[in-house]
Amino acid sequence: MDDQKPGSPQIVDLPKIDNSTDTRDYLARAKPHAEKFKDYFIVDVDAHVSEGAFWSEVTDKIDSDVWRQMAKAQEIRKAQGLMNSQPGTNYQDAFGRIPHQQALNEHTAKNGAHRQVQLLQRAIDTMGIDIMCAFPTPMLLLGMHPQTEVEVQVGHAYNRWFTEDIVTQDKRIVGMLYLPFNNPQECVKVVEKYAANPSVVGFMVSSTRYKPVYHDDYMPLYAAIEASGKPLGFHAGFHWGDQSMQQCNRFIGMHSISFVYFNLLHLTNWLVNGLPERFPKLKVIWIESGIAWLAFLMQRLDSEYMMRPSEAPLLKKRPSEYVREMYFSTQPLEHSNMELTQATMKAMKAETQLLFASDWPHWDFDLPNSITNLPFLDEQAKRNILGLNAARVFNLEVPAHKNGAKAPAPREMAPAK
Amino acid sequence: MSAVRIGKADEIKDGDYRVVAIDRFEVGVFNNGGRFVAYENRCPHYDGPVCQGRIYNRVEEVLDERQCHVGLRFGAERHIVCPWHGWEFNLETGVHPGDKHMKLKKVNVEVLDGDIWVETPRPR
Repeated sequence: MDDQKPGSPQIVDLPKIDNSTDTRDYLARAKPHAEKFKDYFIVDVDAHVSEGAFWSEVTDKIDSDVWRQMAKAQEIRKAQGLMNSQPGTNYQDAFGRIPHQQALNEHTAKNGAHRQVQLLQRAIDTMGIDIMCAFPTPMLLLGMHPQTEVEVQVGHAYNRWFTEDIVTQDKRIVGMLYLPFNNPQECVKVVEKYAANPSVVGFMVSSTRYKPVYHDDYMPLYAAIEASGKPLGFHAGFHWGDQSMQQCNRFIGMHSISFVYFNLLHLTNWLVNGLPERFPKLKVIWIESGIAWLAFLMQRLDSEYMMRPSEAPLLKKRPSEYVREMYFSTQPLEHSNMELTQATMKAMKAETQLLFASDWPHWDFDLPNSITNLPFLDEQAKRNILGLNAARVFNLEVPAHKNGAKAPAPREMAPAK
Repeated sequence: MSAVRIGKADEIKDGDYRVVAIDRFEVGVFNNGGRFVAYENRCPHYDGPVCQGRIYNRVEEVLDERQCHVGLRFGAERHIVCPWHGWEFNLETGVHPGDKHMKLKKVNVEVLDGDIWVETPRPR
C-alpha cells in the first residue's frame, strides 16, 4: 500500500451504537436521504411513543381514584401498573442485537420539551418527516386484558396524556386515539370528546383482541367516527398467548403470523358483513401488517364470494373492490421479491390507498426511502404514498412548497401501472 | 486507490472493532481472532451503519442422530449485527448466513509494522 502523505484525510472515530445512542446519530445515515425529500410532503402514519417509560404520568390521569391507586401500588415494583404483559414483548430487540428496541436511554434536555416529544422530534427531523402520527406501544396488547374496566381506565388515561402532554408541544405530532374496544359505549365517548381536536387525526382499535367487529354494539361507534370525518384505524399487534400462536416455538414464527393474523381476521369480518356498505363514508386504515397479506386475502375472498354470495348479502361487488377503497400502511414493507411487491401494490391500488409508515422506534422500522427506492413506482405514486394520500385521509393541509395539490380522489386516478 | 493508516493494531483487541470515517468513507475494522478484516459501514439491507453494531457468535441448533432438537448453542463463527434491523454477517466473509448474495463490501486492510492500513476508494 502507498504511504500516507501529508495533507492526509480527516479520520473520525464513529461510536459503537448502543441503547444510549442519540436518535439523531442512530439514524444519521437517513439524513442524506431526508435532504433529497425536502419538497416531498411526508406523513408517517404509524410511529410510536414509549408510554411505558412514562407510565406514572399516564396513570396519574386515570379518572377513578380506586383504579389510579391500584396502578400506583404496582409502580413501587417498577411495574407498569395494571398493564398486561404478553410473552415475547421483550424479545423484539432480538436479544440485544437491535439496541434501540431495547431502550431509548439517550440524553434529552431537562429544560426542553417533554422527553417523549424530544425523542419524536429527533426522529422527525432526521427522517425528514412533516407529520408523524404516533401510537402507543405496550398498550397495543391491552385489548387482551381480562378486565374490560382496565382497558377503559388506562385507555382514557393514555388519551389524556397524549393529547394534554405530548401533541400540545409540537404540531407535527398527531395521533389516532385509543379506543377501549372491549367496551363500545366508552369508545363512543372517546370519539365525542376528541373529534374536534385538530391533533387527533383519527381513532384506533388495537387489533389484538377477540372481538367481532361486526357486532351490533359497534354500529354507534362506526357511525360516530364516520360523522367525525376522521378515519378508523386497526393497528395490528402480536399475541403469543393465543392458542394457535402457542404452536410457534420461536418469536420469528409467531411475529410473522400473528402481526398479520388479527388484521386478516378483522378485515375479513369487516367485508363479509358488509360494513363498507353500512358506513360508506367511513375511512378505514389497516396498520402495521405490511402489504403481502392483501394479495392472498383479496383473491381468497373473491373466490369464496363468487361461490357463496348469499353469505355476504350486503356486498354489491367483489370483496377485493372494497379492499381497493380502504387504506393500508406500508410498514413492514415486504420487498424481498420485487415482482410480488409490484403486483401487490397494483392489486391494492397503492397509488391512492397506501400510506407510508416508519414504525419508529421499533425494531423493524422503515424509512421514507423504502418507498422512493421502489423502481416500479412513478414520481407521483411515490409522493402520494409518502404523504399526499395521508393528507387526504387525515384532512391535512399540504404546504405549497411541498407540491401542494392533494392526491386526487381514487376514481380520478389513472389505473395502477 | 490509496491507503490510510488509521491507528495501531494492538488498540483493537480480539473480538473488538473500530469504525472510522476517512473523510466520507466509513469503514469498520475488526480483529477476528488476530486477523484483521474490514468492511464498508453500509448494510446491504437499508444502508444502515452495520459496522457500528454488536458482535454475536452465530447461534447454532444442535440435533441428535435422529434429527431431533437437542438445544441451542453459540458457535465459533462471529457475526456483526446491523443495529438498525438485526441483519447478521459473518465477520470472516461478510456474508449473511441465509443469503450468500447479501454481503458486506470488503475493504482491503493490512497491518504493517503494527499499524493498520485500510484502502480507500478515492485517491489522496
